[in-house]
Amino acid sequence: MTMSDELLLEVRNVGKSFGGVKAVMDVSFTLYKGDVLGVIGPNGAGKTTLVNILTGFVKPDRGSIIYKGRDIAGMAPNRVANLGLARTFQVMRPYHSLPAYKNLIVPLNSPRAKKATAGKLGDRDSVAIDILEEVGFERDARVPYKTAGSLPLGYQKRLELARCIALKPEIILCDEVFSGLSMSEITSILPLLEKLVMQGVTLIMVEHRLRELFRLANRALVMRFGVKIAEGSPREVMKKDEVRAAYMGTKRSR
Amino acid sequence: MMSSPDRRRKRLDRSIEVRSAGLYALSSYREMTYVLAPRLLLIVGLLILPFILDPYWQKVLCAAAITAILALSFDFLAQYVGLVCLGGAMFIGFGGYIAGLMNANWGLPPMLTIPLAAVIGSFVSTLVLLPCLRLRGIYFAIVTFMLPLFARNVIVALGLFGSTEGITGLDTLPNTWVEQYVILIALLVALFGLRRLVSEDIGLIMMGIKDNDQAVLAAGISIFRYRVIAVFVASFIACFAGAYLAHLYGWLGLSLFAMDFSILPIAATVMGGMGTLSGAVIGALILTPLSEALRGFGQLRVVLYCLVLLIFILYKPEGLMNYLERKYHQFERWEKV
Repeated sequence: MTMSDELLLEVRNVGKSFGGVKAVMDVSFTLYKGDVLGVIGPNGAGKTTLVNILTGFVKPDRGSIIYKGRDIAGMAPNRVANLGLARTFQVMRPYHSLPAYKNLIVPLNSPRAKKATAGKLGDRDSVAIDILEEVGFERDARVPYKTAGSLPLGYQKRLELARCIALKPEIILCDEVFSGLSMSEITSILPLLEKLVMQGVTLIMVEHRLRELFRLANRALVMRFGVKIAEGSPREVMKKDEVRAAYMGTKRSR
Repeated sequence: MMSSPDRRRKRLDRSIEVRSAGLYALSSYREMTYVLAPRLLLIVGLLILPFILDPYWQKVLCAAAITAILALSFDFLAQYVGLVCLGGAMFIGFGGYIAGLMNANWGLPPMLTIPLAAVIGSFVSTLVLLPCLRLRGIYFAIVTFMLPLFARNVIVALGLFGSTEGITGLDTLPNTWVEQYVILIALLVALFGLRRLVSEDIGLIMMGIKDNDQAVLAAGISIFRYRVIAVFVASFIACFAGAYLAHLYGWLGLSLFAMDFSILPIAATVMGGMGTLSGAVIGALILTPLSEALRGFGQLRVVLYCLVLLIFILYKPEGLMNYLERKYHQFERWEKV
């Protein structure tokens, strides 16, 4: 988990309200290549909204998002994805009736993926199966050919990651990849994420499973009621009183 | 047959190897026949019909083929792209008027006006639908339902193109053989072309847009672009049918925008099975002659469509094609317990 000094993403004073609800208020942070940033906070803190803003699904009311020297705030989601910011969804919806590998055909047809695979041998199906193998689908067991709907949850999460990888992203925003998984499933997905980081992918992980998250994250950003309340290394962040209060309730209940 | 206690009916699916032509190579003539027989039945069946039918039913066949093409266009947009388009009449109207006007004003022959009208008509239709493409579900359906009425009233209000009278005396196709085979071949090309399209990557992306447009966006793909392509394809085949219709009767008029062209294909699709494409064709090939046979009953024909729709929605919502397909791929036998 090495942190380089290549600035990748700079978020400045981003804010978004839905009617009267201020979902995200004045959030700023920076991200360097190779970082793993854990975004944590209680339910309703605005973490998913932040991911939606960064990936273009929600237009921020104010603030700027500078990615590689270019403001992407308010850009259409598909354009953001083509710049190399991929995301997973909290609620996965693979194409249930299609074989797992066919689920990757969609991202593999994006301009970015087409450029990355141009000139390579083999058709898209075989590229798709290679990616699935990369995220731990056993080729021999014919798992890539099973319909996505019939896969166990752990595999569906991997499929979700595979859909990101197909884009050859610079940054992957993982919206609760660990949720709903058993401990053993999480420990099998962790190395996958580690491998991605080794390959130079930068991760932003929204997560509730702190222990597993901090095996990976080198930085943490804590949110509460739409506001960033702390930022720093996981260890320092968790020492702060505000964070402890936000997470574990007030002193009385502690 | 009643099942007695000592035997039961066993239902088996045929082996997957035979069915999923994409993953496994077909290894024998038997398997190939198994896969090809239903397709050949439809193709050959359609192509020999002109030899069997008398002149009156030949016309009905042409009308059925037009409905079938419209049903294909509807089924494709609704089930593979998620755009429920109730404006089939608009495509027919645009295609018919464009072809007819080119023929009446410039004297272009039908063999030129029909393909030209298909291209121009689909361009115009796509442009008209462009602002609606951001709409989803019922909203898109409502807008498309209104468009043929809108076009029709514009023509009446402004007194364009012969207004309520229409234009008569357009060139018809050279003879009944050409007449029938043009539309039958167009139907088969549309059917197998669309089936091919939906199994290609582009079809997968369109289905993805229907299932989960957010995930498609996140995959870096412009939803809008693919919707435009889909609408263009669907309106192309429907405008072709419209242009052909104008030359079939040598006449263009307001009834090209008639509601029947929007509703009948939907009834055919529901009857044949939504999302099967071939079902839409089969539905149209059954419904149109049926309604023709009941011509004597006048307005009661409409009651018939409604009944067919009701019965199928209530009792066989999967439609004929899904049912037949399932039966074809399964075999049943009685077994001693």
